[in-house]
Amino acid sequence: MHKLASLLFALGLAFLLMGLAAQLPLGATPMGIGADILQRTPSEIGSANIVTAVVLAYRGIDTLGELTILFAAATTAGMVLSPAGGAAVRKAREDAGLVLRAGSDLLFPLLLMVGFYIVLHGHLTPGGGFQGGVVLAAAFFVSFLARAEKQPSHSCLSLIEAVAGAAFIGIGLAALLGGGAFLQPLLETGSVGALISAGSLPLLYLAVGLKVGAELASLLAHLAE
Amino acid sequence: MTLNPPDLITILAAGSVGLIAIGTIGLAVSRHLLRLVLALGLAEAGANLLLVLAGYRWDAVAPILTGAAPAGAMVDPIPQALVLTSIVIGVGVQALAVALMIRIKAAYGTLDIRELKVLLERDICAEAGIVPPSSIHRPNYQPPPGTALPARVASTGESA
Amino acid sequence: MMAWMVLLLVALMLGAAVLVLVFDNLVAAIAAASVVSLLLSLVFVVLAAPDVALTEAAVGAGLSGAVLALGLRRLGLIDLIKGENNA
Repeated sequence: MHKLASLLFALGLAFLLMGLAAQLPLGATPMGIGADILQRTPSEIGSANIVTAVVLAYRGIDTLGELTILFAAATTAGMVLSPAGGAAVRKAREDAGLVLRAGSDLLFPLLLMVGFYIVLHGHLTPGGGFQGGVVLAAAFFVSFLARAEKQPSHSCLSLIEAVAGAAFIGIGLAALLGGGAFLQPLLETGSVGALISAGSLPLLYLAVGLKVGAELASLLAHLAE
Repeated sequence: MTLNPPDLITILAAGSVGLIAIGTIGLAVSRHLLRLVLALGLAEAGANLLLVLAGYRWDAVAPILTGAAPAGAMVDPIPQALVLTSIVIGVGVQALAVALMIRIKAAYGTLDIRELKVLLERDICAEAGIVPPSSIHRPNYQPPPGTALPARVASTGESA
Repeated sequence: MMAWMVLLLVALMLGAAVLVLVFDNLVAAIAAASVVSLLLSLVFVVLAAPDVALTEAAVGAGLSGAVLALGLRRLGLIDLIKGENNA
């Protein structure tokens, strides 16, 4: 009876949502602000990836909120999961099999390179801080899983995360003190498509990438041990 | 048999609404906590798809400038920025839920929401010093003999 | 042509979503959720959103599956060989 009721509820919800979606002008949406942003980004911000310009320059506060949520979730998960005796009490791990050991030795430099490429080219190609941060965290986590003697130093990861987060807020405050708004893009825009362009956006994404990478590596290490 | 172009959007809208509906059914029906978290992730995926679909325009390219001149129409970049944030928040919530589940399993020994409801009610009433509330459907509830609930496992030693 | 491909993608996605709720083995349910995320990232590519597709593939299909599987290991619910009822 309970399952039948929930099935009816979900079908009714689907019917209502389809009715709503049928009334939206999907496929020919009137982009009010979007068209404006598409026009103004090359001259104002100078980044080739317009989604990056929206994420960091036009809606920078939302990215700060996202970083805060991720920080809260990762830190709380780490506090909830840390063993009762503190850092001294850790279970003895064993080495992984041959495939994971050889694979992690091969993949670690490649993953680091791909991760930093994605982070640093966030304003030119699809990518950015979050995607690159996930790849960087995966690089360190794979090498942690493969060998028993590689312990993640949680203090080092916390230090990287704290410094990167403070750098993000610091750049925003520097814009505020310079007379503009909080997180307004600084420095000159340069030419669209060059690596050094779009003002302070690559620096912001570098801070985001390091922070997210350190956070996720610490979270995965807490979950795995 | 050819499909006209507007049907692409109808298929995708139906897909996203279907994902939200399947996630909602999963939330209502599941008994295991991990399956609840998975169903929530499905509903979030459906909502993200609906958001990105709302910014789509016909025969428009991705909002990335290749070369100096923008080529034709581009899709709306704002829903994509919002969905980026939403996906990352979704995985943060899942990680926190998994951490909490590990502690619940260590404290109560079960992850079934119905058993957990009874155990939590018993523990809360014991802490508050009151008798478990009885209703018209369950006056003076006593568990049947032979189905005694497992005792609460002692927590691993953190003192306040 | 594109509409047929998208129809196939959406049908596979909905099928995998139903399988998340149907499977008894929790490892299979997590794998089905990763399949949903992977197909969703392909749909995002069709919708001209490469940034979102990259994020969904990295975070949804990769990181989320890893976090859930590691949680399962600590919960002691992994049963790969016999596939017994883990619910």
